[in-house]
Amino acid sequence: MRTLVGVFEREEDILQATDAARRSGLTILDVYTPYAVHGLDRAMALQPSRLPWVCFLLGLFGATAKVWFEYWTTASSWAIDVGGKPWNSLPAFVPVTFEVMVLFAGVSTVIAFFLVAGLRPWRKAVLVHPRVTDDRFVLLLEQTDAAFDVTQVSRLLERHHVVHIEEREMQEVP
Amino acid sequence: MVERVAAAAREAPWVEVDSLSQVTEDICRPIGGRPTVLWWVGFLLALSVLGVGTAAIGYQIATGIGTWGLNRTVGWAFDITNFVFWIGIGHAGTLISAILFLLRQRWRTSVNRAAEAMTLFAVMCAGLFPLIHMGRPWLAFWMFPYPNTRGSLWINFRSPLVWDFFAISTYFTISLMFWYVGLIPDLATVRDRARAGLGKRLLSWFSLGWNGSYRVWQRYEIVYLLLAGLATPLVVSVHTIVSWDFATSVIPGWHATIFPPYFVAGAIFSGMAMVLTLMIIARATMRLERYITRRHVDVMSKLVIATGGMVALAYGTEFFMALYSANQYEQFVFMNRALGPFSWAYWTMVSCNVIAPQLLWFTRVRRHLGAVFAVSIFVNIGMWFERFTIIVTSLHRDYLPSSWADYAPTSIEVATLAGSVGLFFTCFLIFCRFIPVIAMSEVKGVIGTPSAGATGQPERPPERLPALAGMEA
Repeated sequence: MRTLVGVFEREEDILQATDAARRSGLTILDVYTPYAVHGLDRAMALQPSRLPWVCFLLGLFGATAKVWFEYWTTASSWAIDVGGKPWNSLPAFVPVTFEVMVLFAGVSTVIAFFLVAGLRPWRKAVLVHPRVTDDRFVLLLEQTDAAFDVTQVSRLLERHHVVHIEEREMQEVP
Repeated sequence: MVERVAAAAREAPWVEVDSLSQVTEDICRPIGGRPTVLWWVGFLLALSVLGVGTAAIGYQIATGIGTWGLNRTVGWAFDITNFVFWIGIGHAGTLISAILFLLRQRWRTSVNRAAEAMTLFAVMCAGLFPLIHMGRPWLAFWMFPYPNTRGSLWINFRSPLVWDFFAISTYFTISLMFWYVGLIPDLATVRDRARAGLGKRLLSWFSLGWNGSYRVWQRYEIVYLLLAGLATPLVVSVHTIVSWDFATSVIPGWHATIFPPYFVAGAIFSGMAMVLTLMIIARATMRLERYITRRHVDVMSKLVIATGGMVALAYGTEFFMALYSANQYEQFVFMNRALGPFSWAYWTMVSCNVIAPQLLWFTRVRRHLGAVFAVSIFVNIGMWFERFTIIVTSLHRDYLPSSWADYAPTSIEVATLAGSVGLFFTCFLIFCRFIPVIAMSEVKGVIGTPSAGATGQPERPPERLPALAGMEA
């Protein structure tokens, strides 16, 4: 896959360059930034993440499972009379149910994030630019076909103060 | 809403730097370099205190908790005091990392990493005490509802002590994940600066192949927001449940509906004081003056005085409720607190928690780091005595005068408390050496790219997005 790498120094520049590239119909493979630049998801036209659903559903599952488990242990499996309290002491189950809900929702969200984002300990980081985790912003465009005009795209990027442009052959998007 | 956003944009910058890479440079400098003499002194001191505490814990586990000063009347004292003290300290970390994140407080980015680390270490210290308090810590797994050969006999889910077990373990897990997720981009930054070797391999492992991709950043932001949203009610629930350990009993002085808000406010009060203590030291010893400014200290001092006011109000309310309840046992307990054998502890608490923080009303005090540091130490001490007062004065004289007893800690208990302080500072000093103490990616996000004027380049005129004629698809 032939790509065009544009390196920027400023947040405004990467935002505007990304926006302009998308408006011009270029294929944005990814943008690399040292911090979460707000508004870049709109500039790249990214779909909203579905991770909140994981959080909600797994939280709901955890809470439901815990209420059932507490009911089953205290009222069914081996019921013990504690100070004459009812077997099914629902109000007393609230605190642990809440904690387990938070535990399930939090842990599952983080695991799902690692899975979908491909973050794994043995994954070797491929950096598009050595300073991308420090202070550089990189726009990675795909040269989709022969009609891709490098000069014209370069001119577009230069209008947004690109500091370095490079054509690069890549196996896959890092 | 619009006005508030505009106000936030007008707010003077919290951190002033020349460039983004300067942030990286400043924060990464202490990592991997040779530690200073001051660091070694602090570390060896903390480590030796931890050693004393470990010896004391080893001795009391081998011998039994008869080595403590407890008796049949005062069944909780130092151990539970220390437990509540440490868990309370932890809460300020979550306040800064989660609640202030949801409230869009930009200044939090300079302190959240260290405050969250403080939370983790404080919860570790806190967890130690219920464990050794059990007397047979090797059977701690009995707290977990697992199928067993005794029935299965399940744990009693109606007991606040079981709630507490779930609350503390959930709190530790979520805090650890929150901290780690926030750390991944910074670990990647350190990784990309590190020279090849074991350190770099460890950093590569823990940074999970992070390469700054915005597709990952977008999900990262959502996960961070979700964790903040979960941690916010969690932190309130944890100290609420801790307070229920007391409030669900029928002991005068404990059996009060005011306990959950009183404990949560106290927890954040003590934790903010500890954050101030640590940040003022870190600022001076690690040359972080640019990042932890006097304004940061100023806003944190305001949080101390706000939560301190809530705590003071709770102290007053407790007395009023005792009077208004017309319950002689309740009234006796509070008179005994203020005038009885432990009145010295009560008045230490009042002077440290109510009187000392009043100094923070003055701007000059809030801007004087030495003065704020002194107040923060007073609050740390006062909040320890608050828990001691609540626990011991309520227990040592309850309904039956025939069972009244006295309490004094043994050297083993004092050594265990000291050991927990040693554990806390040992962990914190190791953290300062190997992990970026300030969340670089968050600070960079708040300062954004400094204006061209600051870098000495000519200011570029703002421009509009040019429409690309001829390239429109």
